[in-house]
Amino acid sequence: MQTADFTALTPLLLLAAAIAAVMLQIALKRSHILTIVLTLAGLIAAMLGVLAVGDMPARQVTPLVTMDRLAFFFIGLILTATAATALLGCRYWEHAVGQCEEYYLLLLVAALGACVLAAAHHFAAFFIGLEILSISLFTLMAFARRRMASVEAGLKYLVLAGISSAFLLFGIALIYADVGSLAFPIWTARLQAAGETVSPLLLIGMGMTVIGVGFKLALVPFHMWTADIYQGAPAPTTAFVATVSKSAMVALLLRLFAPVDFTAEPALFWTLAILAFASMIVGNILALRQDSVKRILAYSSIAHMGYLLVAFLSGGPAAIAATVFYITAYTITVLGAFGVVTVLSRTDADADSMSDFQGLFFSHPWLAGVFMAMLLSLAGIPLTAGFIGKFYAITAGAQGGIWWLIITLVLTSAASLFYYLRIVVAMFSPPLENKTQPPAAGISYSGGLVLTVMTVLLIWVGSAPGPLIDLIGRITQ
Amino acid sequence: MILIWLIAIPVAGGLAAWLLDKWAPGAPRWTALVAMLLNLLIGLRLLAPAEGPWLVAIDVPWIDAFGIRFHLAIDGLSAVLITLTNGLGMIAVACSWHEIDRRRGFFFFNLLWVLAGIIGVFSALDLFLFYFFWELMMVPMFFLIAIWGHENRIYAAVKFFLFTQIGGLLMLAAIIGLYIVHGRATGIYTFDYNALLGTAMAPPTAMWLMLGFLIAFAVKLPAFPVHSWLPDAHTEAPTAGSVILAGLLLKTGAYGLLRFVIPLFPEAARTFAPFGMLLAVIAILYGALLAFSQTDLKRLVAYTSISHMGFVMLAIFAWNELALQGAVIQIVCHGISTGALFIIVGMLQERLHTRDLRRMGGLWDQMPRMGGMALLFALASLGLPGLGNFVGEFLILIGVYPVHRTLTILAALGLVAASIYSLWIVQQAFHGRARETRHRLTDLTGREGTILGALVLAIVWLGLYPQPVFTLTRPVLDRMLQTARSAPATPLKITLAPAATARAAGPVEGDWHADR
Repeated sequence: MQTADFTALTPLLLLAAAIAAVMLQIALKRSHILTIVLTLAGLIAAMLGVLAVGDMPARQVTPLVTMDRLAFFFIGLILTATAATALLGCRYWEHAVGQCEEYYLLLLVAALGACVLAAAHHFAAFFIGLEILSISLFTLMAFARRRMASVEAGLKYLVLAGISSAFLLFGIALIYADVGSLAFPIWTARLQAAGETVSPLLLIGMGMTVIGVGFKLALVPFHMWTADIYQGAPAPTTAFVATVSKSAMVALLLRLFAPVDFTAEPALFWTLAILAFASMIVGNILALRQDSVKRILAYSSIAHMGYLLVAFLSGGPAAIAATVFYITAYTITVLGAFGVVTVLSRTDADADSMSDFQGLFFSHPWLAGVFMAMLLSLAGIPLTAGFIGKFYAITAGAQGGIWWLIITLVLTSAASLFYYLRIVVAMFSPPLENKTQPPAAGISYSGGLVLTVMTVLLIWVGSAPGPLIDLIGRITQ
Repeated sequence: MILIWLIAIPVAGGLAAWLLDKWAPGAPRWTALVAMLLNLLIGLRLLAPAEGPWLVAIDVPWIDAFGIRFHLAIDGLSAVLITLTNGLGMIAVACSWHEIDRRRGFFFFNLLWVLAGIIGVFSALDLFLFYFFWELMMVPMFFLIAIWGHENRIYAAVKFFLFTQIGGLLMLAAIIGLYIVHGRATGIYTFDYNALLGTAMAPPTAMWLMLGFLIAFAVKLPAFPVHSWLPDAHTEAPTAGSVILAGLLLKTGAYGLLRFVIPLFPEAARTFAPFGMLLAVIAILYGALLAFSQTDLKRLVAYTSISHMGFVMLAIFAWNELALQGAVIQIVCHGISTGALFIIVGMLQERLHTRDLRRMGGLWDQMPRMGGMALLFALASLGLPGLGNFVGEFLILIGVYPVHRTLTILAALGLVAASIYSLWIVQQAFHGRARETRHRLTDLTGREGTILGALVLAIVWLGLYPQPVFTLTRPVLDRMLQTARSAPATPLKITLAPAATARAAGPVEGDWHADR
């Protein structure tokens, strides 16, 4: 390896160093504050690393990863979301478990796995990144170890993610048997060249890869885990799963399938199109009848990944840009939404049922305002990032001429308003009598900071998306 | 710059009202009133004949990547509608003076933001910006209904939002479709209205895109099969909300049909016109019929809106000068008269704590002034000559007659029904014997008298001397007719009745209203 390779890897190396530092610090002296400071310092250092080397020409480092602008963008996104999750969690974990330094360690490890996924250039890197991410996630989910739901969520994810990994591994083996290489470009070139006469081995391998990706993105019919895990896992972990794990997987989706011309490979197109269609329909329908806010957000995330696939499937240069924009807007929104859930959570349980949010506008007008902005963004109302994301997705889809998916998107997202409005209406309803409000001091400075930043970003991207669109345009050339 | 002010003043006024709420309980309403007065005065400067196609315009880039521009412009039609918005906005503030006693700051914030959104809708010339304002006015309206509404407010608010949002999203898809069709054809990707006019496209494409727009506007109007949100929303909204819904939000649907649907898709609109007119006539009769069978006074007035707006839709799809001018007058006068009726219902409810017609009766003895006002606006609503609505409905009927006789006759039956339900309101509520004993009621207070008095002046003035409105809107309508001169040129056939013999289109002989 040359110096340039190390330079390109700077963000990952800094993140790895932060992991080692936090681990040593916990071993030597437990201190929540110190761990938080070290974690944030490591994340900020890695982000500065992204800024420093992000504009370099793309460089393939070892056969495994390629550090190009797309990778740096997603690494930046992942690091930001991780930092937000860490900040959100401070007060929450002190209340929920007491000794919680390992949480930050696991968070950093998971982020490293996600970063590897975002830069993967090779099926081996894909698998390694996925496992680093998943194994940390099991623990993060079960971290509130006194809560049954949390442990249950961790176990469920362990089993289901294990099965999906097995599928993926089998798929990778089949692809290797057919192509003779594990590098992505060789695979996509082979897929492209084969056209409609793709060999059964490659077809099955591709299908199993789609299963692996679909599981992580929670696309229907691989969505079964989502609601239980979103609900059971502690709110900061849920925020992390919904943002970091998803954006890393979207990056991978782009690397795996964006180079493939869908007109030449109808099997792949139709597989993904049906997944998108089913996700939009099923996600939105299942969300309609939920009473738990976290479950609503879980089903809504399924639907949103369907919308994202509409952008992705449109093909052409706009498709990648629209997909990247969508996941960025979605990350901002979901961090804000789960941020509110986190800061409202009590010591024994998360704020989850509708009654926990009833009358929020009168007791915590500011929090209610933030949550409403996030919900409106999820619903795609103008002035929010979510609207521009949806607009971009529809535009890309229309350019690709996939009108049936666009109509599905439009109708299902109109239906989705119903459940977002239910939460909004609950917040504006008169407060319940004899209900234990979250403690007045429950909103920490760190949580407030994250929510403020997310709201500002949400409205900024929603009203002046030019800079972000330009940035994404540059990285997706 | 004036355009920016028109939108910025309500936006800033709303924020100020919200912030000042903590400072003094009376501050929000004064802030709101002053803001709307200021807007009205600024807006009055727009009421001058234009030299070019647009009176004033502002056009700056917004999102370059998509060719989206912040393009606002006003012509005579927009100026009239914006004046109506400012005027009714002020009235809406005034009539909530005492009615709203909880969270006044947030109420006036929402009220002013709805108005800002409506002004934006009436002046946006970039389709993306138009959609932006279209949605922007929906969210605060949702809160107006959901927080300050009556008994069944949540249901009504959610229904309102869902209906309009489905329409809105379909319109968004159609806007994007048009953007792409235009971009493919010319290589210029833009949302600019003037550039998109006359985009060439295959008839099926045009039909689909037009339907996308049409559904959004038909929901707002509301047209016959998609009207069911309206009675609920109007009934449950607070008085100011009903005034804005009936007086302004419905008009954005009519404005959208006039400004976008027919000019952008003239051919498709022509194909659709017979069905549009048929739906309009159904709305006229159906709305009137349902209005007559209501016992809730507010619901009754709400159904009359469906009937009256049916005339507007009929006129727009007839697409000739007389009918269009009638539609404009009808839009303005319906805003005033129905707004006034909703205000009267609100005043009655404040006094009687009910909207049930069966519990009223004999109110004239105690409140002669209010009774007189109610009678006047009921007469306006039934189309009494001398009041504004008559001018609108009369022009519409003579404009539609050469296009389709049978439908005109059926629509005219709507006027008969209107006289029945209008007089029914007065008879049931104010005349006869009091149906229950009640304590003394105060007649109109000074504030209430001023509000209704202003509306009386407006409706009488429009009834006696509507020429200024014609002068302002005529060039606009002429230009629209030229860009899309197609609809009435051929005889229209629909399955309902044998083809009517079409007379020559265009200005009818003895064009009396156009004398200068």
